[in-house]
Amino acid sequence: MDTQETAQKKIQTAKAAKDLAQMNDIHPMDDFIRMDRMPHIWCPGCGIGIAVTAFAAALEKAQIDLNKVSIVSGIGCTGRVAGYVKLDSFHTTHGRPIAYATGIQVANPDMKVVVFSGDGDLIAIGGNHFIHAARRNINMLVVCVNNFIYAMTGGQVAPTTPLAAYATTSPFGCVEPPFNIPYIADSAGAVYVARWTTLHVRRLMNAMTEGLQKNGFSVVEAISPCAMYYSRINRLGDGLDMMNFYHDNVEIRHGEDTKNLDIGFQTKIICGKFVDRERPTYMERYSQWSEAAKGAKR
Amino acid sequence: MKADPKGVLTGTHELTGNEACAEGAFAAGCRFLGLYPIVPSVEISERYLERAPEIGATFIQMEDEVSALAAVLGASWTGKRSMTVTSGSGLSLMMEHLGLGIMLETPCVIVDVQSMGPGLGLPTRASQGDVMQARWGSHGDYEVIALAPSSPQEMFDYTIKAFNFSERYRIPAVVLSDAYIARLKEKVVIPAANKIELEPRRYYNGAPGTYLPYKRDKDYVPRMVDIGKGYRFHVTGLTHDDRGYPIMFEECQEYNVHPLMWKIRKYVDDIVEFQESQIDDADVVVVAYGVTARAAHSAVEKARAAGVKAGVLKLTTVWPFPEKRIATLAKKAKAFVVPEMNFGQIVSEVERCSYGEANVFFVAHGDTGIEDPENILSAIQEASRTQKVQSGVVEYRGA
Amino acid sequence: MKADPKGVLTGTHYIDGDVASGYGALAAGCRFIAGYPITPSTEAAEAFARVAPRAGAIFIQMEDELASMAAVVGGAWAGVKTMTITSGPGYSLMQENIGFGASLETPFVLLNIQRGGPSTGVPTKTGQADMMQSRWGSHGDYEVIAISPDSPQEMFDYTVKAFNLAEKYRCPVMIMSDECVGHMTEKVVIPPADQLEVEPRRYYSGPPEGYQPYKPDPDLVPKMAKAGDGLKLYISGLVHDERGYPVAAEEFKTIYVRRLVDKIRLNKNKIIELKEEGVDNADIVVVSYGISSRVAVKGVEMAREKGYKVGTLRLVTVWPFPDERIQELSSKVKAFVVPEINYGQVVYDVARCTHGKANVVLVPHGGAGVHNPKDITDAIEYALKQEKRIEGVVEFKTRLEKLVFEGGMKLKE
Repeated sequence: MDTQETAQKKIQTAKAAKDLAQMNDIHPMDDFIRMDRMPHIWCPGCGIGIAVTAFAAALEKAQIDLNKVSIVSGIGCTGRVAGYVKLDSFHTTHGRPIAYATGIQVANPDMKVVVFSGDGDLIAIGGNHFIHAARRNINMLVVCVNNFIYAMTGGQVAPTTPLAAYATTSPFGCVEPPFNIPYIADSAGAVYVARWTTLHVRRLMNAMTEGLQKNGFSVVEAISPCAMYYSRINRLGDGLDMMNFYHDNVEIRHGEDTKNLDIGFQTKIICGKFVDRERPTYMERYSQWSEAAKGAKR
Repeated sequence: MKADPKGVLTGTHELTGNEACAEGAFAAGCRFLGLYPIVPSVEISERYLERAPEIGATFIQMEDEVSALAAVLGASWTGKRSMTVTSGSGLSLMMEHLGLGIMLETPCVIVDVQSMGPGLGLPTRASQGDVMQARWGSHGDYEVIALAPSSPQEMFDYTIKAFNFSERYRIPAVVLSDAYIARLKEKVVIPAANKIELEPRRYYNGAPGTYLPYKRDKDYVPRMVDIGKGYRFHVTGLTHDDRGYPIMFEECQEYNVHPLMWKIRKYVDDIVEFQESQIDDADVVVVAYGVTARAAHSAVEKARAAGVKAGVLKLTTVWPFPEKRIATLAKKAKAFVVPEMNFGQIVSEVERCSYGEANVFFVAHGDTGIEDPENILSAIQEASRTQKVQSGVVEYRGA
Repeated sequence: MKADPKGVLTGTHYIDGDVASGYGALAAGCRFIAGYPITPSTEAAEAFARVAPRAGAIFIQMEDELASMAAVVGGAWAGVKTMTITSGPGYSLMQENIGFGASLETPFVLLNIQRGGPSTGVPTKTGQADMMQSRWGSHGDYEVIAISPDSPQEMFDYTVKAFNLAEKYRCPVMIMSDECVGHMTEKVVIPPADQLEVEPRRYYSGPPEGYQPYKPDPDLVPKMAKAGDGLKLYISGLVHDERGYPVAAEEFKTIYVRRLVDKIRLNKNKIIELKEEGVDNADIVVVSYGISSRVAVKGVEMAREKGYKVGTLRLVTVWPFPDERIQELSSKVKAFVVPEINYGQVVYDVARCTHGKANVVLVPHGGAGVHNPKDITDAIEYALKQEKRIEGVVEFKTRLEKLVFEGGMKLKE
């Protein structure tokens, strides 16, 4: 296994020799991705791979010790991310990666924990853990890939499915208003909230980098095409068509009030960095309390 | 490995079962508690919270029992011995993560202070209604280790035992206490730290690139590493190979899940513990566990005084079940009497393992009090009088 | 009572087990399903969602399985027949509210399409390892009815029956199917509505003042009322008396839980359904349920070709367990062979009921596939050869086990 340094050295040597064959042997992502797990399970046109690539680039850019980052995923398409990222990685139960990550972070505060999962996993079944971890301000980065649907199970309605959009369990169009993820995160107390689509690779990567460097509960929502289910059921074309849609319909408004970030069916999507603030984290408060309690007589 | 003196409150104390449990956890090196408050287990958490800062232990009160056990599993992988405490409905909510703990082979301890069910039942009163749930409550096949203490002293001792089993076999271990033991205050002797033997975690010591998280030793137990040590491994609740990578074919299911049974089933004799009294010449053997064992002992004394040869087999480990011992006793004794604070759980195991060689009498108890020794006594007397019964368990419904 | 024609899709269909169960629910009068998507049960929910509007039924997809189960209990008390649909981990998450529903004596049906476990296991492939969980999964004492269909036609028929049993005994009824039956497509004949017998809810019809929600009829089952009838129901999951009021008094607990278990235990013979074939004069009886019973047919056929006397006993209802029938058979036969897609669950109950009179051989399978019928034939042969009584359950070593652990097989992704 290469460390980050040696991998980069190899790349430099290869560059120097201008040996393209050798260049091809060493993928720049080698140190971040489990190449022995490739190929991955995602469908053509899916955006999760882009989000993972952005994350790998963010890990590099954030300059943090990879041995001190742990990644936790739940169940679903995005739930498979933990298995492909070469960190201490946990593929856990449906909806509970945040709870699992809370255990890791609290028991070993030296770890930076990343929860990488989907909208169904984090906001439906895991919704309660999401708001509580935000309220506690547990030091973790939550990357929520939002494809508006339960894709792994074959296209059921999700808590993010826009009104009137079709899904297999809403065959007459979705009748439930969707959640606005940045608004929930903001109201529950997250210290960093951003939303990008997988078209905005560099901005997504920068948001993840900032989230990794941030001390506290950070949320990055990554809107991603689901060519196989969401787009197909709703006749929206393939992955590329969705990318074109993002290109034409995304409006970047940094600092926008999160309550204005609702997403309708094929309406404008507002992206940007919405929240960046400081609050004491759970472990900061905990250590203070714990130190004080040691001396106190009860 | 000896216990860390920092967590051991050596001396003689007056403690409730719940307090003794917290002390047992500290002595066993438990340094993380994930909890959600539920009666009647809250005093364990309270004691833990009170003493945590001086010992350097961490805890977190989560938003529900589902996340409490999830946090414990996460914490355990950081190298900290971890536990959660719960009761009744809380255990039902933990069932999914019990399965994840089994699949990831994560050592941890779940203390279930049983209260009356089903549903909300009577949260403040004791029962023994979760015994089968501990064994069968999560989906899929698995084996567990469950211990049933019958006094605060045992609460202390068995909590340590549970941690040792969980590390030795890399399995979530369950302590099946109940609301009476929880509140019962008795003398608890805590020995010196160097007298407490702890099972060290089975670590892998090789270089990071060579680690296979589910490569099993000869006894089917794989080795562990802590996160944050540069191993950068992957684990999953999906069926997996030695690398921890998911492979979803029947061959891998066999490869992955069958050893989960073997690591317990093939070492049952090493795990099973029970205590016997006056069993050698007994005609009637009372099989009891937890608080009911106390009533059983008292009933057996009375039976002996009345001239009935009775004895007690008290189960320390309810799971795995002492099949062989029951089979052996069935050949010698005339009947088993099984008093339980439920409507028939362990009694079906006794029936199964007696192979028709001895009668099985069941004394159900669903009242809010502890089983009356007089009731067990009359069941013993009835059992000693009754000839061979042909059909299953006889339920003794009192005089 | 006859079925409501609006919900009956009369005709001959070519559909899978999941869909058949969804149609069965609608035919049985189910008008509310709350569920959460989980492979491999989702098709049942999708099928119901598609056909629900024709009968004015509702499908709601909840935020998780905990909420689904809770909504189903709530829906039942609002006066409709309800069901939820799940698999594997979803079933574990429902355990709290299953116990809660049982303690309120709520009639509801739960469809569990079992998959390979434990934990996430093998979501897309089969298993039968939740059988004991269906009986013991929630805390405290309660009894349930569990049915194990083995074909899409049975998925329809027994979904209807499950609703009838739930109404009759006011208890949770589990349809313990599995991925193979759920995803198997076969001919399903749905009869006309006037040929489908459905059990109406046992409603109280007296004056509001006299109503006691937990006052049992002679068969130990109390009459139900629904919210909105003006009866001002007090329904609590706490230990309650006949009025439904929580009480902590000594004697009530016994009465309360005793009846919960007794209403099933004492009515057991009316509930249990078995299918036997060639059991008389058999030396070996193969006890099986669900998909394993279809595989067993082949195994038994091959054993009979070799001249062995083999019978089959299929547990259509797995819980309550047919203690008496197994006891009866164990003094007549030499051994029971129990193939199940787990490492030993129902086999322990078979062993329990033999009382040492017959040997018990388990043919295990970890899941993600079904048995090789040859293993069942071999196990029959092995059981016949045993001269002595063997204590405990003999775990037969299957071809798969030998291949994986002794054959030096390499696992391939």
